[in-house]
Amino acid sequence: MRSSLISNRLLIILLAALLLPAMQAFAESRYVTKNSKAASMESCVAPTDVIRRNHMDFLQHSRDDTVRDGVRGLKYSLSECIDCHASRDAKGQGVSVTAEGEFCQACHGYVAVSPACFQCHRTTPEENGSGNSLGYRLDAHSRALDLQQPAGR
Amino acid sequence: MSNKSDQPSVQRRQFIGGTIAAAGALTLAPGVILHAASDGDKATSGASSKHRWGMLIDANKCADGCSACVDACNSEHGLTDLGRPETDAVWIRPVKLRDKQTGHVDRLVMMCQHCEHPPCVDVCPTNASFKRIDGVVLVDRHRCIGCRYCMMACPYKARSFVHEALSEQSVAAPRGKGCVESCTLCVHRIDAGEMQTACQEACTKEGHGAIVFGDLKDPNSEISRMLKSHNSVQIRADLELNTGVRYLNL
Repeated sequence: MRSSLISNRLLIILLAALLLPAMQAFAESRYVTKNSKAASMESCVAPTDVIRRNHMDFLQHSRDDTVRDGVRGLKYSLSECIDCHASRDAKGQGVSVTAEGEFCQACHGYVAVSPACFQCHRTTPEENGSGNSLGYRLDAHSRALDLQQPAGR
Repeated sequence: MSNKSDQPSVQRRQFIGGTIAAAGALTLAPGVILHAASDGDKATSGASSKHRWGMLIDANKCADGCSACVDACNSEHGLTDLGRPETDAVWIRPVKLRDKQTGHVDRLVMMCQHCEHPPCVDVCPTNASFKRIDGVVLVDRHRCIGCRYCMMACPYKARSFVHEALSEQSVAAPRGKGCVESCTLCVHRIDAGEMQTACQEACTKEGHGAIVFGDLKDPNSEISRMLKSHNSVQIRADLELNTGVRYLNL
């Protein structure tokens, strides 16, 4: 009787050991959508588990700094989330991150959270907008800062 | 930073994950230690009280039938014309003033006057309407509840309310249904160090040059020099709001 109990436990541990990599691969695959810039990158602007847990706080702090104090080019920026995580369709057009199964919607739908970001914020990368042409959107990942400060600052 | 205290900490997850990863990493790459890359934060210093941004509009140079500044503003901020003039957002609008006795017509553009003492800020119940430290009056849409009190308080009728759900907004100007908005003096440009608003750029390109934007606190800026040498007016100066937008030849 006792020996069978042990073998059952061993079996479960063995199964778990086998399943773990598969589960991990599954979990990782849900972080990013295919055909997005993020899919080709090693990690987000912070470790993935930190971002998963705290992205709402990061964005909330950044938004006040930007809107009220005019601080731009912060490490955490919603427009950068979208630039990186929006997937591209067959024509190379950005797909809305709030569309069914896309980056933001997939998770928020799963956990039944309705963020209000996208009532105002754009859900696709801006290709030729006023922001891009000015270069004021500072890419914390790659682009070197080419900022000209106003005189006297 | 996180306020989700009912959940297990990230540290615990990282510890568990890290222990497993470390066991694997040891066999893969002994002696290699990964450091977190420096955070790459290239934040600008933000608005400064050393500046006060303002605008000078020459009514004589504002040309009849020209809408270059309005079009530029609309495209810069993604203000789409929905064909409903009663509710469409307008951040800058041409105004004609006709003297009934003489028939003389003044043309000018009217927008948020970026007052030093803005009535819209006084009345806002949620602190959504605010004046930045560099004098730009803005609406923080994260706080705006759409009560439209500020629209009533503004003597210049400068603010618009967004009545309809929007999509494909400009990244430079996130905006949406249920919030009040108005001219931002192109803060996204100011913050990027571009000392030219969209309307000024368009007006200059058209060859009219009716709009001068600049720093009112810098005595050497073009706007300060013009204000010193010309007789400019504030609209409704009697309200003593000390507007940042001033007019010439009015």
